[in-house]
Amino acid sequence: MSSPRWLRQLLRHAPAKPRRQLAVADWLSSRTFHHSQFADLKALVQEKERQNLRISLCLPALNEAKTIGKEIILLKAELMTRYPLLDELAVIDSGSTDQTMEVAAAYGASIYAASDILPQYGDKQGKGVNLWKALYQLRGDIIIYIDADISNIRPHFAYGLVGPLLRLPEVQYVKAFYDRPLISAKGARLSGGGRVTEILVRPLFSLFFPELTAIIQPLSGEYAGRRAALERLPFPIGYGVETAHLLDIYQRCGLAAFAQTDLDQRIHRNQSTHALGKMAFGILQTFFRRWPIADAAKALPAMAAVLRQFQHCEDHYEQIEFPLREEELPPIITTPEYQRAFKRCP
Amino acid sequence: MTTSPENPSAATSGLTAQCQQYKAAAENVRELLLADLIHICEIPAPTGGEEPRIRFMANRFAEIGLADIAIDTEGNGTATIPGREGRRNLLVLTNADTLVKEPKDRTVDVRADRLVGPFVGDNSIALATLTTLPLLLEKLNLTFKANIVLLASTRSLGRGNLQGLKHFLTTVGRSFAAGLCLESVQLGRLNYHCMGLLLGDVWCRLPENYNWSQYGATGSIIPMSDIISRISQISLPRRPLSTIVLGMIRGGITANNIARETVLSFEARSESQEILKAIKQQLSDIIAEVGARSGVNITLDVIAQREPGGLDIGHPLVRRASEVLTALGLQPMLYSTTSQLSALRDAKIPGLTVGLTLGERRYELDEIDESVTINPLTTGLAQVVAILQAMDEDEAQ
Repeated sequence: MSSPRWLRQLLRHAPAKPRRQLAVADWLSSRTFHHSQFADLKALVQEKERQNLRISLCLPALNEAKTIGKEIILLKAELMTRYPLLDELAVIDSGSTDQTMEVAAAYGASIYAASDILPQYGDKQGKGVNLWKALYQLRGDIIIYIDADISNIRPHFAYGLVGPLLRLPEVQYVKAFYDRPLISAKGARLSGGGRVTEILVRPLFSLFFPELTAIIQPLSGEYAGRRAALERLPFPIGYGVETAHLLDIYQRCGLAAFAQTDLDQRIHRNQSTHALGKMAFGILQTFFRRWPIADAAKALPAMAAVLRQFQHCEDHYEQIEFPLREEELPPIITTPEYQRAFKRCP
Repeated sequence: MTTSPENPSAATSGLTAQCQQYKAAAENVRELLLADLIHICEIPAPTGGEEPRIRFMANRFAEIGLADIAIDTEGNGTATIPGREGRRNLLVLTNADTLVKEPKDRTVDVRADRLVGPFVGDNSIALATLTTLPLLLEKLNLTFKANIVLLASTRSLGRGNLQGLKHFLTTVGRSFAAGLCLESVQLGRLNYHCMGLLLGDVWCRLPENYNWSQYGATGSIIPMSDIISRISQISLPRRPLSTIVLGMIRGGITANNIARETVLSFEARSESQEILKAIKQQLSDIIAEVGARSGVNITLDVIAQREPGGLDIGHPLVRRASEVLTALGLQPMLYSTTSQLSALRDAKIPGLTVGLTLGERRYELDEIDESVTINPLTTGLAQVVAILQAMDEDEAQ
């Protein structure tokens, strides 16, 4: 298996900037923040205005009626009305069948159906699609992505991610990390979560990209990046998008392009082991498609795109097959529509 | 907003127009109110543990730029919107503590038209109104002659017995021309009078020398059931309005163990102090008699006692507030309450209580879930502004 053509092209035509070497320990101490370090919102707004930047916040959503209203109210009231840190707050919806769109509209977010944005690039559904399309739809120089299923959302989820980008020009991409209590029927417990991180992604990074293990929660769904960096990234349409971002930015710019912020606690829905299996499968496809793994993987048999899991029926076990191909959308800067809309060239 | 005896209908239509203007402006601060409401509601604040919630309130007051922001020794949070003249002070207040024990999950669920969650009504909306009111007045470009003092009081509920508010009123060093107590629900209520109250626990405990081996030993539950049966036979008049609520009972550890201790929590309310005294006497008699007969120790622990009192229904403040509610299309529900009014009454401050929106409370065993509707909030906020304006103008009250 070889790297996709667009990736090889991108790497060839847009050579990586000289990589600033940063030891992991140095990076951890200089690029790991706590959201409270950016709580002076007035100062953040001044910094944003001084740099003449626009900031957009995207909530990718699919059937999140239960939590999206709260996210919009808290983020909009604090970061748009009280302090004009965000210039736009938009929901990119994958076709919710619950009241997600109605609730989002009731609280004043801009709402877009992913299927209406760049429909010529296919009608695939997935979080990665929404994130990619947000780059076309939103106007910010900095884009913040926050999952729409967070029940304990706070404004610091957004300003904690944007803070390092405003303070440190060399930072291109900021990841969130947090304590992740899982909601169970008996209420919240204090820690846990991140099973795919700990038993898949961290071991893979430890084997092949040890520097990236400094990122405490590589799969966290909350991150912010500069448009200039995001527009050059391919976006896997599903589970692999977070992993792809890390690997591709790391490949181009090294660890110095990253920062991470402690957001304290994120309460989210727990996922079944089977669902995590699918996530892991998508991440593995993304991983094996990337340099330098892809070149090394040429010697391996072709990757299958079917995940097989078991379920127990009355007197036997049944194997269920889930076709799961982690397709990727090209870097948006390579699309003529984007080049026209943003006057950019690859 | 002045009433015109010569042309009452003109005055009424003027008030209606004014209220509609307030309501429209309230629409512009609704999002800020909802955001603060969620923040406040998700900060735990059991009676005596309100500090984090009060700190949030004080930070908000500081962000808005209010004057005299303070947290006093009882933990009350307060701030002032300075008046044009500042000779008089008007108090807008609500309690910061929440009822009963803390829920496991206190996240607020935001739907298209309502908020759902533990204590989302009681009393988070009222607290969020305190942080939003200054912004609403700013949007309206409205100033008052009097200083408006905002107060989030601590230790109000249960054993707290309005301790925070009483402390504030005796130590603040200001006099108040009038007070407006805010309750999250129900919009349309207009409480001008407070009922007398007797809040307490009846404790039934086995004595040290209890004969555990005696077959048929009944422990503390049977005597308590006797007490409950006797309390239910206390005859109460319909006028003056009087009630006894037996709200909570707890005792024992398992089905097959004799309960050593049983506690009954009750609240007696009456518009008449004499009736309250009689209820207390009857309770004491019942306890003495059942205790003597059963051989267990039974005691009455009085947590709070408040005398009835307040404004007359014909008081100008009540009339003006009624007009405001009517101008906003509400049917004023005039009745007595047991809220913070009694502390105002004790301090000789004319006071009213109003509600801010509509909502309901659902119990499931010991879990409480509340639901409040969002749309009426603008009416609730407009009502607060208009009543404060009436209080501000009514120097002769």
